[in-house]
Parts: sequence; C-alpha cells; structure tokens
Amino acid sequence: MSLDNLPNQPPRPKPWNDPRVRSVFFQIVAVLAVVWFGYTLFQNTITNMESRGIRTGFDFLDRTAGFGIIMSLIEYDESMTYGRTFLVGLANTLLVSGLGILFATVVGFIVGIARLSTNWLVAKVALAYIEIFRNVPLLLQIFFWYFAVLGALPAPRQAINLGDLVFMSNRGIMIPAPVFEPGSGLMGFALILALVFIFFLARWARRRQAATGQIFPVLPIALVLIPGLPLLAYWLMGSPVSWSIPELGGFRFRGGITAIPELGALLLALTLYTASFIAEIVRSGITSVSHGQTEAASALGLPGRRILRLVVIPQALRVIIPPLTSQYLNLTKNSSLAVAIGYPDLVNVFMGTTLNQTGRAVEIVAMTMAVYLFISLAISLLMNIYNRAVALKER
Amino acid sequence: MRKTLLTTTLAAAGLMAMGSQAQASTLEDVMDAGELRCGVSNGLPGFSQPDDDGNWTGIDVDTCRAFAAAILGDSQAVEFVPLTAAERFTALQSGEIDVLSRNTTWTTTRDSSLGINFTGTNFYDGQGFLVQSDLGVTSAFELDGAAVCTQAGTTTELNLADFFRANDMEYEAVVFDTSEASAQGFDNQRCDILTSDTSQLAALRTQLSDPEGAVVLPEIISKEPLGPAVRQGDDEWYNIIKWVLFGQINAEEYGISSENLDEMLESGDPNVQRIVGTDGNMGEILGLSDDFMVDVISQVGNYAEMFERNVGPDTPLGLERGDNALWTEGGILYAPPFR
Repeated sequence: MSLDNLPNQPPRPKPWNDPRVRSVFFQIVAVLAVVWFGYTLFQNTITNMESRGIRTGFDFLDRTAGFGIIMSLIEYDESMTYGRTFLVGLANTLLVSGLGILFATVVGFIVGIARLSTNWLVAKVALAYIEIFRNVPLLLQIFFWYFAVLGALPAPRQAINLGDLVFMSNRGIMIPAPVFEPGSGLMGFALILALVFIFFLARWARRRQAATGQIFPVLPIALVLIPGLPLLAYWLMGSPVSWSIPELGGFRFRGGITAIPELGALLLALTLYTASFIAEIVRSGITSVSHGQTEAASALGLPGRRILRLVVIPQALRVIIPPLTSQYLNLTKNSSLAVAIGYPDLVNVFMGTTLNQTGRAVEIVAMTMAVYLFISLAISLLMNIYNRAVALKER
Repeated sequence: MRKTLLTTTLAAAGLMAMGSQAQASTLEDVMDAGELRCGVSNGLPGFSQPDDDGNWTGIDVDTCRAFAAAILGDSQAVEFVPLTAAERFTALQSGEIDVLSRNTTWTTTRDSSLGINFTGTNFYDGQGFLVQSDLGVTSAFELDGAAVCTQAGTTTELNLADFFRANDMEYEAVVFDTSEASAQGFDNQRCDILTSDTSQLAALRTQLSDPEGAVVLPEIISKEPLGPAVRQGDDEWYNIIKWVLFGQINAEEYGISSENLDEMLESGDPNVQRIVGTDGNMGEILGLSDDFMVDVISQVGNYAEMFERNVGPDTPLGLERGDNALWTEGGILYAPPFR
C-alpha cells in the first residue's frame, strides 16, 4: 500500500499558511530590517557630517602626532604618527590589563582560600579585605592610591633610597635596568632549554607516578635548573649583562627603569578591587565541592594541601571559571578609568588627546570600541577553551 | 496574519521616515527655547566658574550673557553647560550647545576640519610655564628633563612638545583631563612645571596650597587667541555671535558703558547712535532688534567692564590689559566698524 492511498491525509497548506515558510520569511524580513537600519544610520551620519563641514576618514592616522606620551612600551616620539599613538595606547592598556589579571588572580585565590580557613583570625582578615575593597567604588580607590599613597612619597631629590639601587619618589619607582650586550643571547637560550627540559621532565614524572605510584622530585630540580643554566651561561660568556642604575641628574632620575606612579596606582586599585570579587568566586567554587569528596580524600590518607590541590580545586574550577571570565573582562574594561589619573592607556591617549587634536570623533570612538570588543572576545575565547578543558567530561 | 504583516510594514515605514535631519536655524531654536545653551569651562577662575551661590561668573560666561542679552533681551536666559577640553567640540558639533565660549584657541585645523567657525577673540593669550620656586629656575630654557603637567586635548600639549623639541630638551608629559587635575598634580609635586595659557596659570596659581611657592617664567611660547565658536553652516547665527562681541569692543572704543548708557542714548555722534540703535538698522540686518546693544551694554557692559570685572587688576587674577587693550591704547583689540 503506497502512502498516497492513506485516508485522511491533510492537504499541503498554502505557502502563506505554512508555519515553516512563514517563520523563515519573517526571519529574513527581520535580518533585512536590521541591516537596512544599520546602513541608514551609517549613511545618515556620513551625510550629516559632510553637510556640517566635518572631515571624515582614516587619513589622519598617517599624520604626525606632535605630542608627548609619558610611557611607551614601543618606540615613540613626537615626530611619529597618530596611528602610532593608537599602538602606544593599546600596548599600555594591554600591559595594565595583563598584569592586573595576573595579580588579581593570585591575590583572589589566596584570599578566597583564606576566607575558608579554620583559623579564625585569617578568615576574618580575608572577610574584612573582601568587604572593604568590594564595596568602595573603583574610581575612589584609584584616587586613593594615586593621591593619598603614591602622591605622598617625597620629591625626587629627597627620594627614598634603597641601597643606591632602587629609589622611590612621587615620580615613580626607579629600578636598575639590565643592559644586554653581545653574548647575552646564550643566556636566553639556556633559560629556554631549562624550561623545556623541566616541562618534559614533569610530564615523564606524572606518567611514572600514574603507572608506578612513585613520586619524582621535579620541583627542587626546577628550582636549581631554571636560574642555574642561565647563570652558567653568564659565567661562560664572561658577564655579558651590565646594569643601568638610576641616578639623580637635574630634575629627575636618569638610567634604570621607571615605573610611573600612574601605572602603580591603577594596577594596585584594579588588582585589589577585582581580587575581592575573585576571592568570593573562589570561595563559592570550593564550597560547591561536596564535603564527601574531602572526607573520602582524607580517608585515603592524603594530606590537607594535596586534598586541596588534587581533589577540591580541580572540581571547584568548573564552578569558578565562568564567573572568573566576567571578572577578567571587567578588569580590562575598568582599566579605561586610567584617564582619571593620566595613565596613558588607549582611552587617555587615543580617545583623549588624539581625538581632540584631529577632531575625528566618530572614527576614533569606533576604533576604540572595536579594540575593547576584540580584547574582550579574545579573553572570553581563551577562557572558554580552558573551561572546556576543566569541565566535567561526560563519557 | 494580516495584522502581523501590517505591523511589519508600519515598522519599516517608520524606519524609513528617519531620513537625514534638516538643519534648523539656530536663532529660531534659541528664540523658541527662550534660552541660550552655552558651553563653558568646568571651572576656571576669571573665565568661567560658579560662585558660592551657584551663579556662573567669568569673562567667557559674560560673553555668553552678552549673546543672550542681544538675542533674548535677558542676560540671565543662559543655560551653562560645563565641558572639559576633550568634550567641547563634540558638544558643539552635535548641537548640545548653541555656542562654545570656553577659552578655546583659534587654530587652522579647528576652524577648517571640525565643522565649527571661530567668531572672534575675547582674550589674547599665550602659553607660559609655572615652576616650583624652590627649583631655582629662572628661564624656560633651563627646563631640560623636567616633568610637565598639562591638560589633554589642548593646543598647550602640542606647543609644549614643539618647544622642547625645537630647543633639543627632554621632558616628561603628565597629562590630565581637567585643568584642576593638572593643577593638583603640580601641587602634589608630581611634576616640576605646570604649563598652560598665562591667564590660566594666574588663575590656577591662586588655587595652589602655597601660591607664593610657584613662579611664572617670563617666556611666552605661543599665540593663543581665545574666543567663541559656533557650528558651520548657519551664517545668520555666525554673524550674530561675531557682531555682539565686536559691538562690545566698539562700545568701549566710543566710550559707551553701562554707567553712561542713558546719556549715550541722547548722543548726537553717529558712531554712538549706530551702536545704541538710535540711528541705522544694524540690529535688523543681523536678525535682531535695533537696540540689541542697549540690552548688552546695560546688562553685561562693554568689553572693558567685562575684562575688569573678571580678570582685571582688582580681581584675584590681577591681569593687566596688555595685548587685550584697545588698538588705540597700545593693545591689539580691534573690531571692524559698526556701520
């Protein structure tokens, strides 16, 4: 019996009454409307700006900037272009965000674990830290560190002198800088060699432990090899590294590396503020691991630190990673508060000075927004990959 | 079904209706609103600053009040919009304000590429340096290696770089986004020098914790003609803003002030008659009432009154007229004739 002969087969509906056709049709209409709306907005802006005599376009990026920037990770002086100021600002934003994420994670994990300590004092100190830093607006914290703490340091001529090597003043912290001379390349090579060796050693040790249960002391070997190999190279090549030591000359210190107070204040504020949130996330992650797991681990005779490292934290990470990603994104975006104290980040340099000197508001704001979007998406992507690695594997 | 289609069509039509916005006359807009929106500095003594009672005072503020008196007959009909240096041009371009009067330097780039027009100069200024006096510096050429506080998005920032480069000196630019913040940075000794227009330095010096501990160096490194600006493309409005200030300068030149205005209304001097509107139709051709300068002079005063009240020798700033004296008195203040 063929299907055609089935009784009561409903007739195929007309296309305009077919729910599937209708749903596709309206989705297409919605997409077209959105695209058309965006296009109109764009055209409207261009037309209006032209009719008001406002110049548009990205040609300004090739023009000479002509203003100084206090801190730059890449080579920069006033004779370079506006495009270069974009890169300088971007590098400074990435620096403060990267360091902030690193420090905030370390501090956050320590405080989060301390918050759960059975030691009453440690737990209460961690609690006080979290409640204070979490509940004071970030901008005020930045001002506090900048004006009240770092601003209170003495002037360069009365700088705090630590062994004639490190100087602290209200112009920043001056530390000696290594100057690499020919032959110092071997030291870098030695360092890489040591790191690669330790990496494979650790992998081998892990496999051996899984197979035989024997523990191999990787950590002491690493502690000797990682500084040891480059030092050996240093000795072999006849001291190829010299030090540039800061020295007071005229108005300021010359030589060495200067960490400007704007960077210090911003980094301190971002780190301590975000760490207080991360601490709570870590605490929630750890408490989410069922108590039975800890009990089972101690029943197996594992010491407290191993229980934390091998049983609790791997399971807690599943809960910790997604909200941790949000904190990383917050920190990166909050770094734009730099403008309040004059740290030369992307918003300060590019959306502040460059925008004002060129007047290309729409282009510059669009570029800056695109950069933050891109950085945030990149962080999300990396964290999602990591999350997938630690997530519960369902087999 | 039909209803859904109808809604979609209507929505699309609604979107299409948002075509390009026609540019209305700024004069009509201001008349309709009964209020002039004026962009000023967010706090600079002598130029624009709210006093203890919340009234805005300063030479830039009075310039706005003169516009409001000329257009609306009431110098109080102004809404002051405080702006940072970085916000000012966008605020004017986007129509958030009708006129910008915020110690803004007239430059080629700004005049030609920002879609704005400068209408004149209400203060001739130049960039100078304020130095901590205990550094013992007496000349700007001794500043090699100094840390300099300045404000973001100003011509000051560019002149600073030019000056140090031209003289082969190094410097460290500490850039803040408001003039108070840069003054605070100087006060906290974050930098050795504060650079800005000399009038601003005089103003900011009064706000330091120890004004005697800082000296202004003699060198002036740039020309800074400060004046109001309007949006491009509305010539009627441009002319009004231009000629109110010229009117105030001409009033000073012909000796018309708020004190002798009643006598001047009886004057037989044709120059005076044209300014106070007893002869000619200067107001009408600008799109205002013929006696618009009477409102300006009676409520705000001529240029000299505006200067003396806000930045002159009897004020905390204590500035002499200098370049800002009339051309007949050794200065460079010169307004085209009112005829």
